[in-house]
Amino acid sequence: MAQSLDDISRQLKKRHRRSAQMKWLSMSALIAAGVFLVLFLTDMLIKGLPAFQQGYIEVEIDYSERAAELPLAAVQADVRDLVSRGYLRLIPGRMAENESLLGTQRMEWVLADDEVDQYLKGRQTGLKDKQIAVIDRLAEQGRAELKFNTGFFTNGDSKLPEMAGLASAAIGSVLVLIVTLAFAFPVGVMTAVYLEEFAPDNRFTRFLEININNLAAIPSILFGLLGLAIFINFFGVPRSSALAGGLTLGLMTLPIIIITSRAALSAVPDSIRHAAFGVGATRWQAVRDHVLPLSMPGIFTGSIIGLAQALGETAPLIIIGMIAYIPDAPTSFTQAATVLPAQIFTWAGMPESSYVERTAAGILVLLTVLISLNATAVYLRKKFEHRW
Amino acid sequence: MTSKLASPGAPVTFNQETTHELELTVRGLNLWYGQKQALHGIDLDVYQNNITALIGPSGCGKSTFLRCLNRMNDLIPSARAEGEIMMEGKNVLSKQVDEVALRKKVGMVFQKPNPFPKSIYENVAYAPRMHDIVSKGKEQDELVEQSLRAAGLWDEVKDQLDQPGTSLSGGQQQRLCIARAIAVQPSVILMDEPTSALDPISTATIEELMHELKRDYTIVVVTHNMQQAARVADYTAFFHLGEVIEYNDTATMFSTPDKKKTEDYITGRYG
Repeated sequence: MAQSLDDISRQLKKRHRRSAQMKWLSMSALIAAGVFLVLFLTDMLIKGLPAFQQGYIEVEIDYSERAAELPLAAVQADVRDLVSRGYLRLIPGRMAENESLLGTQRMEWVLADDEVDQYLKGRQTGLKDKQIAVIDRLAEQGRAELKFNTGFFTNGDSKLPEMAGLASAAIGSVLVLIVTLAFAFPVGVMTAVYLEEFAPDNRFTRFLEININNLAAIPSILFGLLGLAIFINFFGVPRSSALAGGLTLGLMTLPIIIITSRAALSAVPDSIRHAAFGVGATRWQAVRDHVLPLSMPGIFTGSIIGLAQALGETAPLIIIGMIAYIPDAPTSFTQAATVLPAQIFTWAGMPESSYVERTAAGILVLLTVLISLNATAVYLRKKFEHRW
Repeated sequence: MTSKLASPGAPVTFNQETTHELELTVRGLNLWYGQKQALHGIDLDVYQNNITALIGPSGCGKSTFLRCLNRMNDLIPSARAEGEIMMEGKNVLSKQVDEVALRKKVGMVFQKPNPFPKSIYENVAYAPRMHDIVSKGKEQDELVEQSLRAAGLWDEVKDQLDQPGTSLSGGQQQRLCIARAIAVQPSVILMDEPTSALDPISTATIEELMHELKRDYTIVVVTHNMQQAARVADYTAFFHLGEVIEYNDTATMFSTPDKKKTEDYITGRYG
């Protein structure tokens, strides 16, 4: 007997309720994820933003002959331990460079010690009451303030927190990524071209495919061990160098580039290949002149995403010694270098609160670079994407 | 309809002499896709400067046969062809004939217009430049114009040669593909249902074009449309289940077919 509409509706109530519950459940999962993201970003911003400012104090510098010997003598005793030792250390050098400085005294804004910086930012410090009184007096006279921290972007790492910056790590990251790209891009794209356009579909190529897909899921630290064994121990590439790091990250990025390039190549319809073969193109001519140009946006997108992952990678680089203390930016691919995430890792292990805020600020910088890289990838894809 | 035919009058049988020169001679052509045989002992002569139409129900092997003529079937790993397709005294299926060379000699126009996503100019100029037929510059410009004229497209596109070929209408795209095929100066043009994706007006344009093209080229065309075969073809072959049931000049074929099957198909009783 057919049910009446009322009967059906009554039974449906329960099902509709269940459906609504599941909708809320899935929505709350999304909300939870969003809340975590917001919390993380807020925490980073609160901790990191102060690092973009740095405390400076205005003191009288006495370029005396004594100061050339003993830099501490250049400033008066009451502010002596408020000025960054790193700054004082530079005075003799500056005097040697510019002899007219000798015998002059002038008021200068100089980098303050990290404790002073933290005090100006309202944090708890180990400063003595006497020192605090001096800082308060300077602040009242407008001789102690927070300025934009250019040093954070121009200095390398330093044992003095107020001097520490991420310039050398950033340059290291750039050098590493150049090597990664130069190694992984051509090898990855040509592998994809072979597998997609030339290789016969047989057991061996299917075996290769499965293994390449698995490689993309291997813990990255294993690539570090592989890099250590192959590049450093076997080929004798200098350890801690951008070359070793770039090649190791290249190994890690290869599967990503191969997989995304293959997807981009196979998205080009066969009618294009047939058109090329139909006018007497060889396989390679069809690939070079027609298929590759059409799949380039996809290949670039995949490579950028692979590079972004390489940029954020730390574990394999620890294995090959790229976690070293690098105060000066490397000038060649074979010099010891460090990278942004490794620098963040180093700072994260420091107790001083100046390093803590630098850790957060470093993460902010890294995130900004990563988001811009991914945005570029999305932009490229949207702009050049072909609809068939 | 039949008055246009430049046929020799007498019905074509393989041993009979005709006034036409042979372009391609197919003898005992078998083709397998893996274990499945798709063509069974095909014998067929293709005459120079004529249009040969291949008709038959779906899956009868006519497109497969067409793709044997320029060895496009080589691209399908499971396909294996045996037999003879003689052209210029050579079996084009043999290893001695380079399929790339063959495809320069035997051009192809596909079912769905497939211009390269490049400029109209580049669509035509690409292949001749690749084959070193012309050098860049004036020579190339001339060949592009000549090919587009021959495809009846020049007047429509001469002011927008730098526009992408894909921006043209379907019928124009198909004529661009024809221009692209004749730019490499082939002897034979294979057309695989060239008008099945087009509207009636574009179809008529292409059919007229085929009549003009046969002065310079030999055309083999696969068509689903019997009226089209009757309108354009000098010779027609009826394929069924991978065999040629009947092959004759079009007039005879459509007026007095030899075989019952042919008659049934032509009159629309099945297929």
